[in-house]
Formats: sequence, structure tokens, C-alpha cells
Amino acid sequence: MSTDVVMPQMGESIAEGTVVRWLRKVGDEIDRDEPLFEISTDKVDAEIPSPAAGILTAIKVHEGETVPINSVVAVIGGADDVATAAPPAEAAPVIPAPTPPAAPPAAPAPPAPNSLAAADPSATAAVERVRSSPLVRRLAREHGVDLSQVTGSGSGGRVTKQDILTHIDRRPAAASSAAGPPPPSVAPAAPIGPPPVVSAEGTAPTFDAGQSSVAVPMTVMRRRIAEHMVASRRTSAHVHSIFEVDFSRVQQLRKAHGARYEQAGTKLTLMPFIAKAVIDALRAMPIVNASVDGDRVVYKRDINLGVAVALESGLIVPVVKQADEKNLLGLSRAIADLAGRARARQLVPADVQDGTFTITNPGGFGAVFGLPIINQPQVAILGVGSLEKRPVVVNDAIAIRSIAYLTLGFDHRLIDGVVADQFMGHVKRGLEQFEESIV
Amino acid sequence: MTPLDVRRLGTVAYGDAIELQCALVEDRRHGRVDDLLLLLEHPPVITRGAGARNRRDHVLADPATLEAEAIDVVDTGRGGDVTYHGPGQLVGYPILDLKPDRCDVRRYVRDLEEVMIRAAAAFGVTAERVDGLTGVWVGGAKLGAIGVRVSRWITSHGFAFNVDPDLTGFGLIVPCGIADRGVTSLSATLGRTVSVADAGDAIAASFGDVFQRTVRLAVPA
Repeated sequence: MSTDVVMPQMGESIAEGTVVRWLRKVGDEIDRDEPLFEISTDKVDAEIPSPAAGILTAIKVHEGETVPINSVVAVIGGADDVATAAPPAEAAPVIPAPTPPAAPPAAPAPPAPNSLAAADPSATAAVERVRSSPLVRRLAREHGVDLSQVTGSGSGGRVTKQDILTHIDRRPAAASSAAGPPPPSVAPAAPIGPPPVVSAEGTAPTFDAGQSSVAVPMTVMRRRIAEHMVASRRTSAHVHSIFEVDFSRVQQLRKAHGARYEQAGTKLTLMPFIAKAVIDALRAMPIVNASVDGDRVVYKRDINLGVAVALESGLIVPVVKQADEKNLLGLSRAIADLAGRARARQLVPADVQDGTFTITNPGGFGAVFGLPIINQPQVAILGVGSLEKRPVVVNDAIAIRSIAYLTLGFDHRLIDGVVADQFMGHVKRGLEQFEESIV
Repeated sequence: MTPLDVRRLGTVAYGDAIELQCALVEDRRHGRVDDLLLLLEHPPVITRGAGARNRRDHVLADPATLEAEAIDVVDTGRGGDVTYHGPGQLVGYPILDLKPDRCDVRRYVRDLEEVMIRAAAAFGVTAERVDGLTGVWVGGAKLGAIGVRVSRWITSHGFAFNVDPDLTGFGLIVPCGIADRGVTSLSATLGRTVSVADAGDAIAASFGDVFQRTVRLAVPA
């Protein structure tokens, strides 16, 4: 049994609404009343809860689209569907074009004991009586924890995220199969026993006795990264060029002006300096701020600078739009804002679109330099290695300087080595002789 | 009548006010608090609602000016376009449960307009609605702005009532994305200074009338 989710009527005289944001994706399990999407009408934004519990099997109206009230915007597969893992015909995922096909419906389905709990109204009611947030309930589902068994430390006995994480840590590894009290008669129905308690990445997988490997579906983000990287390797003729850059002057400037930026509410990191030097070099050499369209070169007017942000389980490249129109403070704030929202998973699609050049920062985790893959359809990417004090020769004497290796990954279809090196020379000069007036 | 607690918070940073509202919306949902009206002022800040997210063209000031004035630009989860908040502007964030009898967002917005119109009237200022636009207006200039969020019919964000702000702050933006209208304040209209505290009393009273709530004034601890 499935439930249609409709555009709600937010007022008597209101005839339509715009979907602003989907808070859950196709394949997600959702509780009744958990926030599902955000809409916008008049001057009002509203967060709309799910009308039913089950699996979000289809999204029919994409972000930014406006539809009349009572239009079907999504479909929730009922708890029955989950238990039987037999999706109704209309469950074929209708999802935004760039998203790869959702995993088979069976894959994201939760462990059998959970589905049974969801199908059993009394069990659901028991969970409902425990005060908890949607996040906590989701964690409980993912780890097969009965929330009524968790001691809540929050106000009014509320189970906090910390409570449930502690509970999960403490219980014996084998407990995953014992979580929840499924009737014994049903156990054989579970196809391959309880699935391992693991997310696709980050956590160590749990192996049951006799199991030599476990297969876990990739997250949507993981699949997209995989496709994107292979497609880029296939598309561009990758070449890399590595430059050594002395950051001593930049470090001085950070020291001299950092406090002023902190007063303005932002931290003066290396990244805005590098961004500024890159922007100037892109201005000077438009071929690097371009893309390839068949046998034509497409030059981009705006410099939209992508800055890669590592997430717990993946990587995303939000874009500072029209970065060439920002001063150092503006860059600093924009980068911090995007990175913050990326980690909080609050980016909107427009935040990651229309990039014309990307900076990535493998040095953040200690790499001396990286050989990054181009972010299509761009033609070059800058990798920033770790910043370290090194002995270098300055005026025939040995001096200690803050050094980092910068790598340009470029597409030899469009950019020759000499052009790439001129570009990097520009970036290097910009950083080593950074003008104080810009700060 | 349903009670309404009015909390007067003084000057609160925009981000702190957002966090407070998030917590109070949850509290309201679980019945841990009654309906609330938060009255406060913000330090200078430019905020962009869903209508203006990722757009720069309604923020007129160049980054250098914003930097010099130490003004943040914040994207926020309310409806509406860009707006400016600053000292002298009374900001009202109602945390109301609109269920069961007020589940109509357009009516809610009209009610907030009515609250500001009545409060202005208490000072002898005639404010009005303008067809097709949200907010309240005096002679074609904006006196009060509205941007609202609703989550399971519990409200957050709200309205901004120009009591005695430095109107040059609005020169940094195109208020609410409407380019051909100016901004005014109670003080500018009357030619004398109106205090935010007095305006807060008037707003609290008219809010109680319009929403038919018994107003309880809470004194901050």
C-alpha cells in the first residue's frame, strides 16, 4: 500500500506552492510526521511532514517547481511494501536527472525486525512515547535499537543523539540481531539474516560468524562521485604540473590582519589568499577559465570558483559565484559559509552548479601534493599540498620558509604545458608577492 | 482566551535568535511552552529569504562597504526576499501554534500586517496594505516587513517594524526585492523620536487583540 504525498493547501485563497527543498531522498525510510520537504507560498516558507511511514519511493516534483495544491509531489511506500520488499509498480524511482538510479528497493530496506516493528502499530506507539528527535529515531532504526530501552538524559527523559550513540557503542556486537523483540516464528523469513550494522562508509563493517565479506550499497553521493571521476578521466587528457610556493608573506599577512578579520566574524585562512591569486591568474589567462564543447572552446565570463569540501562520507564542491567580484573578506566569508553549509548538508543545488575552476586541498590531511582529477566540464583544477616549514636557499643562504606544493591538473586538449606553467607562475607570484593593500 | 507570553530580549545577534527560535518551535510543538512573541532588536545584518537565496543583486552595497560597516549577509529559512535589520527596528518573532483554527498562511501574514497597522495607529500614524505586496506602508514607503516560516503550523521568523532605525542601513539593499519604493519609520513619519520600548508595548497590545490572545508580559531573568 502506498501513500501519495500532495502539495498541501496552506490557506483558503492559496492555489499553488513551490517545492523549495527535499529533506529526504528516494529510498529513504521515513516516519509519519518527520519533515519531508519545504515549500514556499507568498512570503511564507513551510516545512511539510510526511503523511505516512514507509519508504520514499518517488519524487515527482523537483526543487524549484511550482504546482497546484493537491498535486502529487511524492509517493511513500507503505510499511507493508517494506516488509515484503515487493514494490508496487509505480515505485519506479522518479528522481532528478543527474541522480543515478536508486538502489533496488530491497537494498535500502531496513532489517526485517525493524520493518515488522513499523508494521505493528503498538510497537510504533511505544517508540512514539519516547521523546526523541527525528535524527535519534533514524539512528535507532539504522542500528535496530528499541528506543524504549535507551535511558534518556535530555529534558523530560528525552533521548539525545549522545544517549543513543553511547547505547550503540556499549552493546555487544552480536546484539544487532537481538535488537528489538521480533517474534521467533518470523525470523526465518529474513532473507539473509540481519544485515550488517554499517553505513556505506566511515564505520567499520560488522561481520557475523562465518561471513568473510559484506556488501553494502553505496550512498547516492558515493555513486555520483564514482561516475563523475571515471567520466572525467575518460573525457580529459590529464596532465599535472607541480610548483613550489613560498607562503611566508601570506603567513605574515595572516598574522598581521587575522585579528581584524576575526572581529568581522571570519577566520583568515590560507584559502582566500589562494583563491585571490587563482582569480587574478584566471583573469589574465581566460583559456584556463573555459570548457570544451565539441570542437569549440567556450570561454566563461564569470569566475565561479569551486572549493572542494571533504564530508564525513564523501566530497562536494560548492561554488563561490562571481568570485572575481569579491574582496578578500568576501571570499573568506563565502568560502566559510559554503563549507559550513556543506558540512551541515544545507547546500541547495545552485550552490554546486556553474563552477568554472576548482581548488582542492589534499594537504589538509597531510599530502605533500596531490594529482587531482578535473571537475568536468572545467579544464583545470588546483591542488594545494600541506604547508610546512622547509629549509630553502634564499640569496645563496639557507633560510626557513613556509612552503607548499601547488599542483595544476589541466586538460591537454585545451591547455599546453607552457600555458599551464605561465598560469602557475602567475599564481605563485600572486602569493609570494601578495599585495598588502588587498588584505 | 489562549495565553501569549511576550518575551522582550533586548538586542540579540541574528544567529542566536535563529537558534533560540528553533528550540522554542520544538518546545511549542511538544507543549512545553505556550504561544510566544519574542520582541528584540538585531545588530546590523542583511538577511535573505528563500526568494533571494544565492542572489547578490538585491544587496546593493559592495563587499568593501559591508566590511567597513561590519555587516553580515545571512541566508535564512524564512519566506521573502532580502531585508535589513538594525538598531531602532523592533523585530517580532511569534512562535504560535496556528492549529486548529488559524491554519492559513495568507491569513497569518494579513494578521501580522494588522498588528503593525494597529500599533502604528496608536502613535497616530496611518499605515496601510498595498495590493500585491506584503508588509505595511506609509505613503508608499515601507514601515514594516514580513517574512515567515511555518513548520507543522508552528510559526517562526515574523515581522520587522521600523520604529527609529538609521534609515541609511536600507540603502545597502533593495528591500524585499521591491526597487521602486522607499523605507520609512515611525520617527521619520512623526518628526519625533519614538522609542523601541514604547513601540514594543503597542505591538504587544495589538498582537493580543488581533490574535485574540491574553498577553502576559514576561520580564527577562
